[in-house]
Amino acid sequence: MLIDSRLKLSFAVTDDPLGTTALPIEIRDLTKRYGSVYALNSVDLDVHSGEFLTLLGPSGSGKTTLLMAIAGFNRPDSGSIRFGEDEVILTPPHKREVGMVFQSYALFPHMNVADNIGFPLKLRGITGAERATRVEEALETVQLSGFGARNIDQLSGGQRQRVALARAFVFGPRILLMDEPLSALDKKLRERMQIELKHLHRKLGVTTVYVTHDQREALTMSDRIAVINDGELIQLDTPEVIYNSPANAFVADFIGESTMLPLKRDDAGALLFRGQKVGDAGADEGKDWTLVVRPERLFFAGAGAETDDQTIVLKGVLREAVFQGESEMALVSIDDDTEVAVRFGTSGRASPAASITGDQVYIGLDRNDVIIIPGGQAA
Amino acid sequence: MARADADASRSGRHLHGAALKRQHTREQWSVLSLVVPALIVIVLIILIPLSWLFYLSFLGDNGGFSLENYHKMTQYKSYYRIFVTTFQVSILTTLACIALGYPLAFFLAQLPPRWAGVFMLAVLLPFWTSLLVRTYAWLVLLQKRGILNEFAMQVGLWETPIKLVHNMTGTLIGMAHIMLPFLILPLYNAMRKIDKDMMHAAANLGANPINAFWRVYFPLSLPGMVAGSLIVFVLCLGFYVTPAVLGGGRVIMVSNQITAILENQFDWGAASALGVVLLVATTFTLYLAARVFKFDAALFGRD
Repeated sequence: MLIDSRLKLSFAVTDDPLGTTALPIEIRDLTKRYGSVYALNSVDLDVHSGEFLTLLGPSGSGKTTLLMAIAGFNRPDSGSIRFGEDEVILTPPHKREVGMVFQSYALFPHMNVADNIGFPLKLRGITGAERATRVEEALETVQLSGFGARNIDQLSGGQRQRVALARAFVFGPRILLMDEPLSALDKKLRERMQIELKHLHRKLGVTTVYVTHDQREALTMSDRIAVINDGELIQLDTPEVIYNSPANAFVADFIGESTMLPLKRDDAGALLFRGQKVGDAGADEGKDWTLVVRPERLFFAGAGAETDDQTIVLKGVLREAVFQGESEMALVSIDDDTEVAVRFGTSGRASPAASITGDQVYIGLDRNDVIIIPGGQAA
Repeated sequence: MARADADASRSGRHLHGAALKRQHTREQWSVLSLVVPALIVIVLIILIPLSWLFYLSFLGDNGGFSLENYHKMTQYKSYYRIFVTTFQVSILTTLACIALGYPLAFFLAQLPPRWAGVFMLAVLLPFWTSLLVRTYAWLVLLQKRGILNEFAMQVGLWETPIKLVHNMTGTLIGMAHIMLPFLILPLYNAMRKIDKDMMHAAANLGANPINAFWRVYFPLSLPGMVAGSLIVFVLCLGFYVTPAVLGGGRVIMVSNQITAILENQFDWGAASALGVVLLVATTFTLYLAARVFKFDAALFGRD
């Protein structure tokens, strides 16, 4: 909280860092077809004023189509997009007043850094000293002070990314769109930029819609995540809820690592895995139920451990253990065609007691960590 | 013990060193040998004839070194007029090609690649037809009782036949038609390379379509346009057939004059001198353009 208020004080680009200038986005029944394929199938989505919302989905899911529709670069077949009170579905892109960071950055190679960032100001009739000041302020915000005279081809990938960012917010848009802006950066830089973008978002307080196919990035950065697949909005919630209570097998599979285990429902409505009760279907008569286990929520229980009120214990054979640095991944087969992944820390204490491949092991799952989703396994 | 280790590491550093170096040298020579045929051709058909041309142009009537061939050029006003005509035709043709070619290339660059290919065929088809055939085709179209005049008079656009050929107009029409592909191909290529996101970004930042075009698209297409224009311009400078046929003796360019000198006076020296001056003028133009437009980057790419 202390850190937050300090950031807001140092903020120099708009006078209103708390996001009262930010606009909510209200999308209703948005549909876009390419031939017989729905890129967007009647999507309803509310982006709150000032929030960081991520559109997450595999490639071809429609997330980019949705972003492009918000920016005005493609023409949906039907639907409504409102920025605050204003319907913008018919508004051409140059009148939408949204900032956008492109995957390719789309910096103009025939202009230097300052001219790139000054471009939107120039178009708005801001000239001379004021433009120079605002460009310099924007450069400062993205930590590129003094880079104004550089040419674009003299910049590294990370620097280009920052220039693209500065250009997108320098004219004070109330909505900021980002299309996989970090995908061209290497892993280390990407992780640092994720934190910086998050920071910047807090500083600017602008409504941000962020597109990525990287679930980890989405979990790291977002206030809320909209999971999209086949042109439909599957689940919209906070990262914690998306991760801990996925709506269906697709979400469970796409976000985080998981092993899906089919469950049986008995006459009393209890859901059983191998005869062990793991949950309750209640009155829901649904036929298929799936247990989702996250590798890091499993642990090695002592030899001979048994299922009780607290813990579900599965017995299996250690097939493979792979060292991955900060953690180790073990594959345990609990029967001929079911393998469960177990992730454990490499601190020595967490390791299975000197198990070697082929040994019998006991893995435990706390009942609080049980995730049950309706429906069968994802294909 | 320590000595032995040091020796081992030293010898290890040079292990196979000489052999690896030999292999590297051998590879370089084998790559170089690929250019030998081209080199021979260039020497035989460009370097030797050019040197001979040079030599001839400095040969006087008495067979000794003389500048009289060049002196003649400064004496007669007709030579001056010929160079003016040559540059006039070349510049006007280039401008006509830009005016016709830029919108066409822009249109092609907006199409999906498959359709662009079909339309490009329309641009290239005449390109594959003989130059002479195309030039005479224009003669048929443009002459006094030609298709264009007949049609225009029937429709009532004008009363008496307009002189469209055997003059500058006819020459320019024919030249522009023949040169158009040379402009469109590099321009289209440059336009295709412009990232779609560039125009999206311009619009997103608040540029209306006209602003986005002039401030972003046009500057990015400029290298392709300069490259194409230079090709057209330089080709025009030395062009012969079209001005000869469609100019009807009224549009005399340097190459026409060279032919005339050879046919009428059989004066190799004067003809060579004219050729040398044209060559120098062309080289100078290219040099200037390179300085002004930095077109070396445009021609040879800088992706």
